[in-house]
Amino acid sequence: MSHQVTGSGGKVLTLENMNPNVRKVEYAVRGAIVQRAVQIEKELKEGVKKPFTEVIKANIGDAHAMGQKPITFFRQVLALCAYPDLLEDNKFPEDAKQRARRILGACGGRSIGAYSASQGIECIRQDVSRYIEKRDGGIPSNPDNIYLSTGASDAIVTMLKLLVCGEGPDRTGVMISIPQYPLYSAALADLAAVQISYYLDEDRCWGLDVAELKRALSAARTHCNPRVICIINPGNPTGQVQSRKCIEDVIRFAKEEHLFLMADEVYQDNVYAEGCKFHSFKKVLFEMGPEFSSTVEMASFHSTSKCYMGECGFRSGYMEVINMDPEVKVQLTKLVSVRLCPPVTGQALLELVVNPPQPDEPSYSTFMKERTDVLAALAEKAGLTEKTFNTVPGIICNPVQGAMYTFPRITLPQRAIDTAKEEGLAPDMLYCMRLLEEEGICLVPGSGFGQREGTFHFRMTILPPTEKLKVVLQKIRDFHVRFTKQFS
Amino acid sequence: MSSLQEGDLILRGTRAPSRLQAARGTEESAQGAEKPFQQVMDVSTGDPHRAGMKPVSFVRQVLAACVYPKLLDEKSLPLDARQRANTLLGVCSGRSVGSYSATAYGIPYVCKSVTEFIMRRDGGVSSNPEDIVISSGSTKTLLMVLHLMASGEGETRTGVLTPMPCPHTLPTLLNMAGLTLVPYQLLEDQGWAVELDELHRALRTTRGHCSPRAIYISNPGNPTGHVQDRKSIEEVIRFAATEGLVLLADEVYQDSVYGQGKESLSYKRVLFEMGKEYSKKVELVSFHSLSSACMGECGLRGAYMEAVNLDPAVMKYLRDAQAPSSPPVLPQLALEVMVNPPTPEDPSYKTYSQEILHSMTTLSQNAQRACEFLNDLSGIKCQPARGGIFLFPRLHLPPQMVEEAKMLGVEADVLYCQRLLEEEGVRLGAGCENGQVDPNFHIRLCVLAPSDTLDEILARLHSFHLRLLERFP
Repeated sequence: MSHQVTGSGGKVLTLENMNPNVRKVEYAVRGAIVQRAVQIEKELKEGVKKPFTEVIKANIGDAHAMGQKPITFFRQVLALCAYPDLLEDNKFPEDAKQRARRILGACGGRSIGAYSASQGIECIRQDVSRYIEKRDGGIPSNPDNIYLSTGASDAIVTMLKLLVCGEGPDRTGVMISIPQYPLYSAALADLAAVQISYYLDEDRCWGLDVAELKRALSAARTHCNPRVICIINPGNPTGQVQSRKCIEDVIRFAKEEHLFLMADEVYQDNVYAEGCKFHSFKKVLFEMGPEFSSTVEMASFHSTSKCYMGECGFRSGYMEVINMDPEVKVQLTKLVSVRLCPPVTGQALLELVVNPPQPDEPSYSTFMKERTDVLAALAEKAGLTEKTFNTVPGIICNPVQGAMYTFPRITLPQRAIDTAKEEGLAPDMLYCMRLLEEEGICLVPGSGFGQREGTFHFRMTILPPTEKLKVVLQKIRDFHVRFTKQFS
Repeated sequence: MSSLQEGDLILRGTRAPSRLQAARGTEESAQGAEKPFQQVMDVSTGDPHRAGMKPVSFVRQVLAACVYPKLLDEKSLPLDARQRANTLLGVCSGRSVGSYSATAYGIPYVCKSVTEFIMRRDGGVSSNPEDIVISSGSTKTLLMVLHLMASGEGETRTGVLTPMPCPHTLPTLLNMAGLTLVPYQLLEDQGWAVELDELHRALRTTRGHCSPRAIYISNPGNPTGHVQDRKSIEEVIRFAATEGLVLLADEVYQDSVYGQGKESLSYKRVLFEMGKEYSKKVELVSFHSLSSACMGECGLRGAYMEAVNLDPAVMKYLRDAQAPSSPPVLPQLALEVMVNPPTPEDPSYKTYSQEILHSMTTLSQNAQRACEFLNDLSGIKCQPARGGIFLFPRLHLPPQMVEEAKMLGVEADVLYCQRLLEEEGVRLGAGCENGQVDPNFHIRLCVLAPSDTLDEILARLHSFHLRLLERFP
């Protein structure tokens, strides 16, 4: 006896009976514009004539794809871990071999192919703690509070899973900035959580204002149960580096409003602007004294995808949880155990990132040079980008204080806005699509990240090599002038 | 008061994982805690490398050269490994394994290699790269499908017919994904066979309780070692077709069928050989991964699924599911090598085929030897396995021990495993984790280990078990 009638040709799994939340998930960074970009690349390969010879994918924060080189030491150690026979090869430096042996010693059967503990290999979590302590001027970090993950995204989604519950007006509300990195909006849609948007202030270099946090929160209380505030610092897509005072304000707000604080700090090494400094939320929390440091519940996230490493493809990261209720921590540990363990190669890479070559080691000077060169190039490109865009009438670009992106505001003629409406597109999507077709440059429209009503932006990465970036900036400038004229 | 105390209530029912304890045991012994053994021997999960099996050399050589491309010129690495690495780097953005995966559903070149493998395996039955989705481990791929299917409440809540016993992470996965587990019992006395009547019985129980939309099956069975013959596979396919169920076929151990006269048949192949009435209709998702017997690369976290006959609009969501966090690149390259290994003309073929042969021989000999050994112990009865990497023997435990377990608030097989770990440093899996609902107790052990390691484990188990029988005559 059949429980349901599928009918002839009828499917079992349909749009109607599938998970309704999954249908609401969008992720602009790999969205429609990227699909068109890939199509164009195919056409170019097939010999179709276009006004350009390559598509420049400045949509995704992928440093290696844009030509940035990996850190030699990291790759040497990982190669040794992958194929330990190479430990006999005298072409590898001794410090790389030592690291590989230590990592292999912590793996089951001395193989990176064995499962690890689901929270992550213990000695690596210990190293992460030591890194955090060193970074934060000695404030203690407990390895038991460290959870290694498959990229920071994995840890962020795990925390949200843990935090989101309730029905109807009691459904968990999660505060996230506008603009935001669309992993957050995607995850919230997928979990059917309530997104509570708080606007960053574009006129004050994307600064965060507590008054705005309070406004957003009180409006949200009518229809959900706000329990979480997420903040990305340095910011994505905006690149702002929050001041110490701002961080204290957010912590104070979280305490007053009884919110769990999620601090996404994956760009912590990407700080370029003079006068800007990365302050970790943990450090500031503890420096605010026990009234805060023993009460505010927080999770900080970091990964190997950005900074000077750019190893996105390894999918490696961690989170540190502070002041979590012990019973809830048990649930968290169970939750991460379900997916067995994060990739061991990624865990090994993380170990090297938090424990890089020291001054007395053979690989130190090469390592430092590579690291410095990458960060210096990014700083140069950040400045160049801001400067160039601000010479274009109709483009206003805030300083790229940190991270890897620029998020300039573009003025669009009314006719362009109307045309976009007719085509069923967001106006900045129309802009970006045209740019892609005419110049082969792929950006992400601001509508994918969120922005104030009536404003338009795009996000571009500052990752292409400097000479190429100069060309890209010039092409965008020329395109903008053309586009504006065309739709006037 | 913590803002998190109301946290996700679904998890409160789940058991803490046993591997954590093993890891702790090893660390404790490393720190010099008083234990009657040197090192914990953990065969509770399918983790061959942990047990001492070696990786396939060719795979690791290719991965090393991909990670550190200077090795492309390293003469001590075989030429074919270096050539393969060079090809694979060519399909990575910026020729780096550190770039994001080119697409959210897997590197297209790897998807294509997977389809070529499937077509070779299935005697030419076609396979489309657009039906392939790659992810970071078979748990993840399965979870993606389960998550996609999760909907409804109460009577309309999605149900999944699940074999008892099943892989020990599955009940928790279903719970977490918000699906209802609908158990169907495998027949222990027939080597853990699947029985059609039992499938029908299970389906009848769902009326008014949930909306069954899928049937999960693992073949070779995890943890049972049962390998279905063609007739059995056809029965399940026909059942899924008639009853309107998506068929989820976990075939991770497809490379380890060793029982005499047993043919390794994929669900896909059988489906397509049943003719258009079924091959165009049945929604089938097949799973495979790097955790397979020959590779044993569990820690790399790489898997793929092939989804046929799904509604294209639904399939799109499956392909886009990993957009915000695409799968890691290195395991995808390892998958490519797994499905496209050295062929007889290649320099590495000899070593490769020797290593595979060694793994398979070790596995089949271990399975047989361990099964005989266990059956010789009073109070243990073990069904012979024909494939997969586990044995799942039944324990007839003394009633006093069952009582003792009750008083301690644990299942008797959990107590058995705890005591075994404490006294002999051997970690096995408790059968209740595999979801058994009857009053019988089982233990689970992975037999893909170096033979002397297995012998040591069996010796310690023997010693422990005899002491137990003496204690409770």
